[in-house]
Amino acid sequence: MSLLSVEDLGLTIHGTPILDGVSFDLPVGQVLGLVGESGSGKSMTSLALMGLLPRGAQVSGQAHMDGRDLLALDERSLCGIRGKEIGMIFQEPMTALNPVRTIGDQVAETLVIHGAASRAGARAMARDRLDRVGLSDFPMDRFPHELSGGQRQRVCIAMAVALRPRLLIADEPTTALDVTTQAQILDLLKGLVEEEDMALLLITHDLAVVAGVADHVAVMQAGRIVEDGPTEQLFRTRRHDYTRQLFAASSHQPRRDTRPSAQPLLQVEGAVRSYTLPRRHLFGPAPQLHAVRDVSFTLHEGESLGLVGESGCGKSTLTRAILGLEPLQAGRITLNGQRVEAGRMPPALRAQVQVVFQDPYGSFNPRHRVERLVAEPFHLAPAPNRRDRVAQALVDVGLKPADMDKYIHEFSGGQRQRIAIARALIIRPKLIVLDEAVSALDVRVRAQILDLLADLQGRMGLSYLFISHDLSVVRAVTDRVMVMKAGEIVENGATGAIFDNPRHEYTRQLIAATPRIPPNWREREENEGTLV
Amino acid sequence: MKIPLTLLAGALLAGLAVLAALVSFIWTPHDAAGMNIAARLLPPGGDHLLGTDHFGRDVLSMLMVGARTSIAVAIVAVGMGVALGVPLGLVAAAGRGGFADEIIMRGNDLIFAFPALVIAILITAVFGPSAVNAILAIGIFNTPVFARVTRGAALSLWTLDYIRAAEVAGKGRARISLEHILPNIANILIVQGTIQFSLGILAEAGLSYVGLGAQPPTPSWGRMLAEAQTMISLAPHLALIPGMAIVMTVLGLNLVGDGLRDLLDPRMRRAR
Amino acid sequence: MIRYTASRLISLILSLIVASVVIFAVIEVIPGDPAAYMLGMNAAPETVAALRRDLGLEAGVLARYFAWVGGMLTGDFGMSYTYRVPVADLVAARLWVSLPLTLYALGLAVALALPVGVLAAARRGSVTDAGIMGAAQLGVAVPNFWFAMLLVLVFAINLRWFSAGGFPGWDQGFWPNVKALTLPAVALALPQAAILARVMRSALIETLDQDYIRTARAKGLSHGQAVMRHALRNALIPVLTIVGLQFSFLLAGAIIIENVFFLPGLGRLIFQGITQRDLIVVESVVMLLVFAVILVTFLVDLAYAAVDPRLRRR
Repeated sequence: MSLLSVEDLGLTIHGTPILDGVSFDLPVGQVLGLVGESGSGKSMTSLALMGLLPRGAQVSGQAHMDGRDLLALDERSLCGIRGKEIGMIFQEPMTALNPVRTIGDQVAETLVIHGAASRAGARAMARDRLDRVGLSDFPMDRFPHELSGGQRQRVCIAMAVALRPRLLIADEPTTALDVTTQAQILDLLKGLVEEEDMALLLITHDLAVVAGVADHVAVMQAGRIVEDGPTEQLFRTRRHDYTRQLFAASSHQPRRDTRPSAQPLLQVEGAVRSYTLPRRHLFGPAPQLHAVRDVSFTLHEGESLGLVGESGCGKSTLTRAILGLEPLQAGRITLNGQRVEAGRMPPALRAQVQVVFQDPYGSFNPRHRVERLVAEPFHLAPAPNRRDRVAQALVDVGLKPADMDKYIHEFSGGQRQRIAIARALIIRPKLIVLDEAVSALDVRVRAQILDLLADLQGRMGLSYLFISHDLSVVRAVTDRVMVMKAGEIVENGATGAIFDNPRHEYTRQLIAATPRIPPNWREREENEGTLV
Repeated sequence: MKIPLTLLAGALLAGLAVLAALVSFIWTPHDAAGMNIAARLLPPGGDHLLGTDHFGRDVLSMLMVGARTSIAVAIVAVGMGVALGVPLGLVAAAGRGGFADEIIMRGNDLIFAFPALVIAILITAVFGPSAVNAILAIGIFNTPVFARVTRGAALSLWTLDYIRAAEVAGKGRARISLEHILPNIANILIVQGTIQFSLGILAEAGLSYVGLGAQPPTPSWGRMLAEAQTMISLAPHLALIPGMAIVMTVLGLNLVGDGLRDLLDPRMRRAR
Repeated sequence: MIRYTASRLISLILSLIVASVVIFAVIEVIPGDPAAYMLGMNAAPETVAALRRDLGLEAGVLARYFAWVGGMLTGDFGMSYTYRVPVADLVAARLWVSLPLTLYALGLAVALALPVGVLAAARRGSVTDAGIMGAAQLGVAVPNFWFAMLLVLVFAINLRWFSAGGFPGWDQGFWPNVKALTLPAVALALPQAAILARVMRSALIETLDQDYIRTARAKGLSHGQAVMRHALRNALIPVLTIVGLQFSFLLAGAIIIENVFFLPGLGRLIFQGITQRDLIVVESVVMLLVFAVILVTFLVDLAYAAVDPRLRRR
């Protein structure tokens, strides 16, 4: 029996079509995964069901739940349903909680607002719900800023399930979290669904997450559902072309032709970096944050070296030190035998390392044309024929020379990452640091960029330091990998060996927590066509 | 790009004051300083479009010449605020969390403890009243405003990856500040400049009104109001007209500021 | 909380020290010989020398600074040269006009602006919003002393509801004085209320766009409940900043407005001090004004911590 039955849901915002003919059924007590890339309309679908669409939105179609059409209800009735019969959690736990009210208050509010309990009763029930989501150690009078991202997401879940709603909508609930935290939150959601006989609409971009959690899957593209069905069946058959593309891209393995030499390029020896934190007591000693403690490793010419770890493990600080932007307190970093030191690096040395960042939107000065953006590193190594070199670099990354006269806002996210790579390449560095360079991209674009990187490495003999939180990507594109935790490198070795046979406990945790599509679901993969 | 209606309306109002000031250099209906006791306290209309004051001076002419004082004081004071405040803000943001930042921000807080009027009182107590003192007082007051706005806007830019990329390209803090930060915060500074300009007109009027600004015989809107006060029941137009000139100019500048914000700040545009 | 308060208190004291040095330097060091300056060019050398002795100018700069600060800490602000009475007595009497006027105006501004700003934000885009914001736009542009003159013209001269100026003194009872301060307070408050209403509106609108408002709505709160229970307190944080700044504008405005209504406040005292070159009076009153502003900044900082738990444990 279906709890929620959506028929022909359509949506326009200020006349722009967003959703078109979206239909699906969500049976009682089951999990439906709604999968799609950014902009496919999956979040808007959930907001439409909740009646929380932005101004200017026009919906059509029906969404039946218990004999009522959610889309036809007035605001007053919707207020009675939200939080009581449908709970919802969002992507960003860091901003989803009111910073000036305690977590106990915010959970109890769901109960009070629906008249389910007196104030005292609501607090007792809130305590119970917080215990259930795994926050039994946390007093109710904590404020959100005193909690980590994962803990905050637990509070959000406690809030959403406080009244035991029959439907829970989770919009990318783990996207902002580290992989081990993600696994815990997904387990919690699965447990709640079973215990409370709740249905879950799980919205995500990540096929592997869906594979592990959902009973049914619906694949969305450009405001329509292109394919849906039971999870395993859909993953095995992949009837629709778009599903096949997503599937292939999510486990894409670029063709790599690398010949790492024995010649060391980057050597880090005993690197230490700590920061002084504000004092806790007026006269006590100032505590230290040891961001990087005694890290040593070598990167060889022509090699791809991966660096994985969760947020706060120190990989950003280490990256900044390698780029010569952050001084070390002890140890040394050498590039091609020369000392890398923040503030006193000769241009010729700096020119040997360049970087590509994560955010394709924040990586470029919006006021400069592409020519000037790409040419920026010439500051280190002036060249006479700049325009030609920029044109060549753009061609190298698959863009047109004419693109150099455009502004950055004229490009998509994937194109911007290509421009970022062109900027890194322009002065022919030996080493390129890829700092979460594909993490913000949709899977299909990500696969293309990984191919490009592999191709450039083969042609130009580049070395990559590939920093990422995404283990599956690191596995696909690196020769060796290092695992970092709490400022230290806990394991270091050939990529295949580490992933197949992790020795350190933390590495094992990371690998176990990484969601995966079961290998036997992908049998048809070999004879499938290439990417878009 | 669609020009906001507020911008046009504001430009019209403020433009009128600027035009009056400029025209007054080559022509005024009467001599602004010319007294004529026979024609004193005339109501608006006739030969004297806006009437005359207790010395028989033509109010319109005084208003036009007074616009010069108001606008000049406000512009120079904004210029002073920009010239001092923006570099300080850029330096503070470039060395965020460091010693220079701390010193600059503490200095800012300190100046905020001295309202423009108090600065004017201090300066006047020692050097005597003059329009220059008014400029100094308002300019000093503007400095921390621009420093703070600059620093705030620059700080959010310093976290962006294109600044990191410029650092990796070997560019120093000064160069990055000029090449990447300043052009991207220019919008915000222009809007703030308009706001400070209008505040400057208000502040100049207030200072002249209490005798700390422009001194006789230089006409100024604030002093016209001070002189009108004793005769307010006798000749209310003397108090109404300069006040309305101030309101129109300030309103115009504020509308220009709001319009520019809508036009230049994409974030605000989306919010509407 | 204790840590935070302590750090704010230290900052308060440092600000006071630096401010006092600045004021002392401007008044007593930059003019060269304050005694000669106060007496004007035609004074006889003996008179100047006598005044120098009176003012203690024979001592070194440092000694004079510490004597001045030490005096203020014990309530001794020196002798007014023109009035021949202790400055502390002069100031105390005037303070009881200026301070109530400032607080009255601040109270009016806040009481008017906050509800109006909230209303405009809650009805964003409506006719109500447009009307309120139009009025605020106009209000911001009006000089308070001119507005005061208009109030006198309408309510004192034409309608005769209030007297055009003057102050009966607190020994005449509470209400007559409140009445005397009402027109000045309204004149001061309205332009500031216009600014505050704009800030309140934009702060609330910004807060309403935050993720936690969406969370609250997903819990079943109506739009109005989300505003009252979640948005308002967060929006108060930027509003507090402006209220703090406005105190100093109002204090300065009070000094100007006192001229319109012939109120015997600090404003009149300080302008007489300037015309009569009574530097002792000017110095003390300026220090007092700056002290008031710094004190209010400190109180606003404490209010932040009350509103925002993130500050308490720093």
